[in-house]
Amino acid sequence: MLSTPSTAHVCFDRVYEPAEDSFLFLDTVSSAPETAFLGDRFGQRSEQRRSPPLVVEVGVGSGVVLAFVAANAPAIFGRHDVLCLGTDLNSFACRAAAQTVQTAIKEPAREPSVFLDVVNGDLASCIRPHSVDVLIFNPPYVPAELPDFSRHADYNTLPPESRSTTFEQDSYLLELSYAGGDDGMVVTNRMLEQIPAMLHPTRGVAYLLLCAQNRPDAVKSRIRDWGPGWLAETVGTSGRQAGWEKLQIIRIWRQELAG
Amino acid sequence: MKLLTLNFLTCALKPCKASPLSFPLHPRDAELEIVESELNLSFLRNILPRLAWEELRGVVRELGLPDLPEIMPEAEALGKASSGKKTNENAANENTITTTTDEDELSPKPEVQPEAEEPDLEPTQTALDLHRLLLETSLRAGSLVCGNCGHAYKVKEGVANFLLPGHLV
Repeated sequence: MLSTPSTAHVCFDRVYEPAEDSFLFLDTVSSAPETAFLGDRFGQRSEQRRSPPLVVEVGVGSGVVLAFVAANAPAIFGRHDVLCLGTDLNSFACRAAAQTVQTAIKEPAREPSVFLDVVNGDLASCIRPHSVDVLIFNPPYVPAELPDFSRHADYNTLPPESRSTTFEQDSYLLELSYAGGDDGMVVTNRMLEQIPAMLHPTRGVAYLLLCAQNRPDAVKSRIRDWGPGWLAETVGTSGRQAGWEKLQIIRIWRQELAG
Repeated sequence: MKLLTLNFLTCALKPCKASPLSFPLHPRDAELEIVESELNLSFLRNILPRLAWEELRGVVRELGLPDLPEIMPEAEALGKASSGKKTNENAANENTITTTTDEDELSPKPEVQPEAEEPDLEPTQTALDLHRLLLETSLRAGSLVCGNCGHAYKVKEGVANFLLPGHLV
């Protein structure tokens, strides 16, 4: 059992607090089938794929998922020279997440992987095309009206001459982390559009969380229609019994085409 | 923000991505700091094929840091056998290091299996320098400028801001 990174320093008034969806990510990427898949694709024993994989998490929030991957790279990838990079719209989350990852990889028993940075950006727009080996996205998936982005620049920093954020500001920043527009899919659809251009052409793989209202089966079949070789499968689920928030994580990747 | 991160970033504007001028981003008014971190030798050796060396040299020059060598060092130049704990088996591994000159990223290089050799290698000065430059030298404040559209992305307290007005709407 791999331990959950500490997020004790994070202020959850304005940064998404790790919840069932975050923990489903930890369980899924460290599950036996996924570590076998990732080890086979990126492990150092596979001679062809020796160069360190770049793991990018979009919308890192508290950083708990990226920190988990960075700290447990040997168990997940079969190697510890893994590069981790995060992005978030919320500048407070960027700082908090960077600290979460740094703390997690400093634990004495760890073989440290390499943490790059968390940059303040929209999705993966600032990352070089075709450079991402593993993309992780826990999107704002709740069917709820998107926040009014025109306030973003003001709400993304401390108010002038103040040392704390306002209540409205905190509410806005939290809305960014969960409100997904129609069907909870507006932000996810923007990310899906970018995925083929973001992923490494042969070894790239993306993990995306969806809730039942996102219509996961329709999403998966759309991805398979991207073109020859594209695959999408459910690799982790939670909350199967009751409640409206049934979650699943799908893996998106491209099968190597023969010839 | 670490200099190595620049190896993976580009302009956030979609039309710029097609232009080679959008990479690398150019630091301007940079305030640098050193943030020490543990050296990961197998990482340094393996990351070399992923580095855009020529572009990195340009960034280093723009920052006014000492020039990087014209030719990227070989993985073999980053580790040297530590005298103390060598065994016969490891000495054999070492021989394979000196005889390999293949530069192809995808070709098998048995000498870079850390399981076999890492405990027996210590970083050379080249490795220490590269670690200091790529992973410890950080942009604390300043801007990153796109060579295509000229947009300057601000860096504050080590966090680069790639949000554009109207990006989200």
